[in-house]
Amino acid sequence: MSETILKINDLKVNYGGIEAVKGISFDVPAGQIVTLIGANGAGKSSTLRAIAGLVKPSGGSIEFEGENITGLDPTSIVTKGITLVPEGRKIFPDLTVLENLKIGAYLRKDDLTDDLNWVYDLFPRLKERSWQEGGTLSGGEQQMLAVGRALMSRPKVIMMDEPSLGLAPIIVRGIFDIIKEINKRGVTVLLIEQNANMALKTAHIGYVLETGRLTMSGSGEELLANEQVKAAYLGT
Amino acid sequence: MIEFLHENFRYLLSGISVGGQYALIAIGYTMVYGILRLINFAHGDVFMVAGLIMVYAIAGGLPMWLSIILVIVLTVVLGVAIERVAYKPLRSSPRMSVMISAIGVSYLLQNCALYFTGGLPRSYPAIPFLSKQITIWGATTKMVTLITPILTLVLVLALVFLINHTKIGMAMRAVAKDFETSQLMGIKINSVISFTFVIGCFLAAIGSLLYFSNYTTVVPTSGAMPGLKAFVAAVFGGIGSIPGAVIGAFIIGICENIIKAFGQSWTVFSDAFTFVLLIIILLVKPTGIFGEKATDKV
Ligand SMILES: Nc1ncnc2c1ncn2[C@@H]1O[C@H](COP(=O)(O)OP(=O)(O)OP(=O)(O)O)[C@@H](O)[C@H]1O
Ligand SMILES: [Mg+2]
Repeated sequence: MSETILKINDLKVNYGGIEAVKGISFDVPAGQIVTLIGANGAGKSSTLRAIAGLVKPSGGSIEFEGENITGLDPTSIVTKGITLVPEGRKIFPDLTVLENLKIGAYLRKDDLTDDLNWVYDLFPRLKERSWQEGGTLSGGEQQMLAVGRALMSRPKVIMMDEPSLGLAPIIVRGIFDIIKEINKRGVTVLLIEQNANMALKTAHIGYVLETGRLTMSGSGEELLANEQVKAAYLGT
Repeated sequence: MIEFLHENFRYLLSGISVGGQYALIAIGYTMVYGILRLINFAHGDVFMVAGLIMVYAIAGGLPMWLSIILVIVLTVVLGVAIERVAYKPLRSSPRMSVMISAIGVSYLLQNCALYFTGGLPRSYPAIPFLSKQITIWGATTKMVTLITPILTLVLVLALVFLINHTKIGMAMRAVAKDFETSQLMGIKINSVISFTFVIGCFLAAIGSLLYFSNYTTVVPTSGAMPGLKAFVAAVFGGIGSIPGAVIGAFIIGICENIIKAFGQSWTVFSDAFTFVLLIIILLVKPTGIFGEKATDKV
């Protein structure tokens, strides 16, 4: 087993007194794909937002490469090598595709050519449309752009919040292939999904989150075979 | 026709000139609105303070070049300080609170100015080059009339280039759309917001050098009227849009002066024109000529 790159310890997130995440602990091993599945409102996005520094945790700790990064601001988190593809893509609609990619590398001062080429290899569509405004892309293309933009920061860990949301099945499959492809390059992936079936097939490790608490964990295959998971998340 | 134009050329000339001065102020309104969705009511008063800084710098015996630099630097510092102290702590409060804070700052600056000047009009020092008398096509005017539109256009082009073709400009466009996602990119939104105030106040400082060279006295309410007109220009052009603000400012500047060409009885309507324009634009096309659709920031 590879070493842990990201360690979440008793993490709690509060919104005005309502506890959305009620003390969860899990490890993300370096170089793996880890998925967090759970129903609407289980606290998945809140967990990722806390790691990314967008909300301050009300308790617990987050460790990255052995260093405590709890409560740091988003800029510091990005600098350390953790990036988030937010729920709903959130590309910049009036920046061009190329600008959207460049802004993903905002903190970098080195040459971007290799990374741009890699992103264009992964998503040839983006290359064709590099001068188009982000807002005029289709939903699937916007998702590609959001992933490409995150990769431009050259992350060690990429977190994705429901990348398959609202996309046609064929595009969803494409996105999951890309996730594996990114992972092969050595990027650790922390993936949140409603599409539990695809997510568990793709991931090495899965965790199940229910109303702010972790209730199950195991390898992707184990969870896919688990009767409770089947009943609750796979609808089989 | 040509005869009429020739006779009234000086009105057109001063319209273009004052339009440029409004434009330099209007950009500050429109950029701050673009990024914070805040109408910075204190902006016109910052412009007035820029005028007073010049008065006191020269009165204090400083050389002209140093005074000009001081006006620019202190105005920028003042603008950034206002943002830090009066707006930034309210960033997650309802927009109304920030607006009230801006109105408060506006009165604070006017009252401080009243305290320092004792309410007496202070005469603005003549900047040698700008105050030189010149004659163009039979119209006698000051050099500043000619310099203003040229300088305004140069500054606006530089600004548009900055916004569209530099990294900080890209960050400004991103922050104007979405604070949170900008943060995820590693953009420090506070720095970008401060930078926006730096630009707005820099242009207002330049505007004050030109404007007061023309009007020659500064009183605590000197910022109110040009501030208001620049604000109307920004609304007219579509608040948030830089080209809109500039075009709006030139239209207002030119129209309110052309009116004077119709004779003495029309001159009194010169200011009223601006506000009639404001009412019409708010009724007919509230988003202004270049405005984005009235989507609120999510
Ligand atoms: N900014 C907020 N203010 C108040 N409550 C919030 C806020 N964000 C999330 N919540 C609440 O926290 C809980 C967890 O939300 P979260 O977005 O983390 O869920 P999720 O697992 O990502 O759900 P989904 O699958 O629907 O995206 C929900 O009950 C939600 O209403
Ligand atoms: Mg969510």
